[in-house]
Amino acid sequence: MTTTTEKGKILTANRLRDGEVVFLTHSGQWSENIDGAVLATEPQAQAALEARGKEDEHVNLVTGVYLFEAERRDGHVFASHIKERIRSLGPTVRTDLGKQAEGKGGHFDALQGV
Amino acid sequence: MYRYDEFDRQFVTQRVAQFRDQANRRLAGELTEDEFRPLRLMNGLYLQLHAYMLRIAVPYGTLSSRQLNTLALIAEKWDRGYGHFTTRQNIQFNWIKLEDTADILDTLAGVEMHAIQTSGNCIRNVTTDQWAGAAADELADPRPVGELVRQWSSLHPEFSYLPRKFKIAVTGSPNDRAAVKVHDIGLRLHLNDKGKRGWEVLVGGGLGRTPVIGVTVRDFLPEQELIAYLEAIMRVYNLYGRRDNKYKARIKILVHELGADKFRAEVEAEYARRPHADTKVEERELQRITTYFAPPQFEKLPRWSATFEEARGKNKDFANWVRTNVAAHRVDGYAIVSVSLKPEGGIPGDATADQMRTVADLALRHAFDEIRVSHHQNLVLPHVRRDDLFAVWKILNAAGLAASNIGLAGDIIACPGLDYCSLATARSIPIAQSISRRFADLNRQHEIGPLRINISGCINACGHHHVGHIGILGLDKKGEEYYQITLGGSSSENASIGTILGPGFAGEDVPDAIEKIVNTYLARRQPGEEFLSAYRRLGPQPFKEALYAAA
Repeated sequence: MTTTTEKGKILTANRLRDGEVVFLTHSGQWSENIDGAVLATEPQAQAALEARGKEDEHVNLVTGVYLFEAERRDGHVFASHIKERIRSLGPTVRTDLGKQAEGKGGHFDALQGV
Repeated sequence: MYRYDEFDRQFVTQRVAQFRDQANRRLAGELTEDEFRPLRLMNGLYLQLHAYMLRIAVPYGTLSSRQLNTLALIAEKWDRGYGHFTTRQNIQFNWIKLEDTADILDTLAGVEMHAIQTSGNCIRNVTTDQWAGAAADELADPRPVGELVRQWSSLHPEFSYLPRKFKIAVTGSPNDRAAVKVHDIGLRLHLNDKGKRGWEVLVGGGLGRTPVIGVTVRDFLPEQELIAYLEAIMRVYNLYGRRDNKYKARIKILVHELGADKFRAEVEAEYARRPHADTKVEERELQRITTYFAPPQFEKLPRWSATFEEARGKNKDFANWVRTNVAAHRVDGYAIVSVSLKPEGGIPGDATADQMRTVADLALRHAFDEIRVSHHQNLVLPHVRRDDLFAVWKILNAAGLAASNIGLAGDIIACPGLDYCSLATARSIPIAQSISRRFADLNRQHEIGPLRINISGCINACGHHHVGHIGILGLDKKGEEYYQITLGGSSSENASIGTILGPGFAGEDVPDAIEKIVNTYLARRQPGEEFLSAYRRLGPQPFKEALYAAA
């Protein structure tokens, strides 16, 4: 089996009504699971994602949209920065809470304590 | 018992209604985030990593059982079953929904609580000694003056758009437990040789990216002049404080840029310029406020409690707990109990709803219905009969609330860090947990003696790392967490800012580093010499050598 890796950016925000971390999907919906995110590899596509996100900010679905770097390996999205990994899972010190506990965590292990 | 008055009641009720309307308008799309953000922040509602976060004011850290039970209810009904007590004597809930917030604020208003002055560029809620009204070493309860300042500053139109947030702390004891020297304004009570009260006024202290110890602008300000003088300080700040750069906007920068003498002269000129008839602190008014903090009806008890002494002799765990978690009360036969929220490997400051109820129930039955929150992120039962200490300990112990580590290595201050906070650059809680586990042996903690380890997950310093005897600051180096260690900080009456020892460490190496520092102290201390004193005598060099010597 070959491993495919795509690098790019995905768009994230917090859902307005409850603050839940969400990611923009291919169909223009917002997913609670990072694996549902659309990964834009080209600057133009990234700008388009951002524009799409801003629209949803204007209609008050989400707030605080921004792009972050990630890569997709075998269908799973891995955020490159620790902050985004924590956002896509939940607190590392309470693995019983957040996305990781609700079956909507990213497809990677929680960061370990130290 | 502290209560807010009729004016506050009406105001808080109105504020909840206003917020409900604002939140509805936001959800309906009539307000943009830019319009709404300042409104939600004025009501303590932040947006954090996983959800909204609600920071609720606990005035002077003082709670009744009814209030603490309401916090437990909020934890269960609208959050995830727990809350986080903060270094500002407040409580934060981490999993709040915007659509629930007005209901939560309404519930809080039902027990005279709110989230006002917990955010924004206003005068924040006043903090004080968690032992106020109970401590044996206290000259007077500082809370009435704190409340006077609070009543003056709440919604003060002139000071609701300051260059930056503004924090005032008050202490009534010569042993400063309120960290007044690292606040924008610190007030310390003194008595002159005639027994008359006066306040030492310190200005320009603070932590964050520019840590500074405050300077004394008045040694002994007569109490009736207090508000007028604070007003003069606020006016000078409001006029000259920088608004062009957020990082230079705190009053400490102004004091530093003008120089202490020039700043003092400006304040004195402003103070002399105005008549103060309308801001003179009336004796009668202060008396009225003081009745809000009337001490409980203490019984006349002997100083010595046979029940207590017997239990202490028979139970070593209880005796250990008494050594660290029980402090002298000003009234014979009573004691101050610290309830540690720092179990081995736990999350500093977190308490479950059940633990809150346990403490509330103990307060109701054994402590005149009073609970305090300390800026060290612990709870306090301020007035417990010595006869009841053993019974109280047993209940705390069963609830996982009797770690005998107050003031020791396990009693770590830590901000929420990158596990929850959107400003954080690194995690703090896992570092606290790993150090707590490393020093789990309680006998060793007692052997080491008083030691303050404070951890912040970013340069904003909510974890007070600059004033930890050992301070740890979590930073981000190219996407990796690393931790800078400082030594020699203190927030007491002999406050000092810690010194950076050298290059930082990866998270997993921090416990070893702390252990080396502690071992260096143990090897070099003189009999009876505490960590901070030893550091001040030895300087950083031996610690640097221990940490950075070639392996």
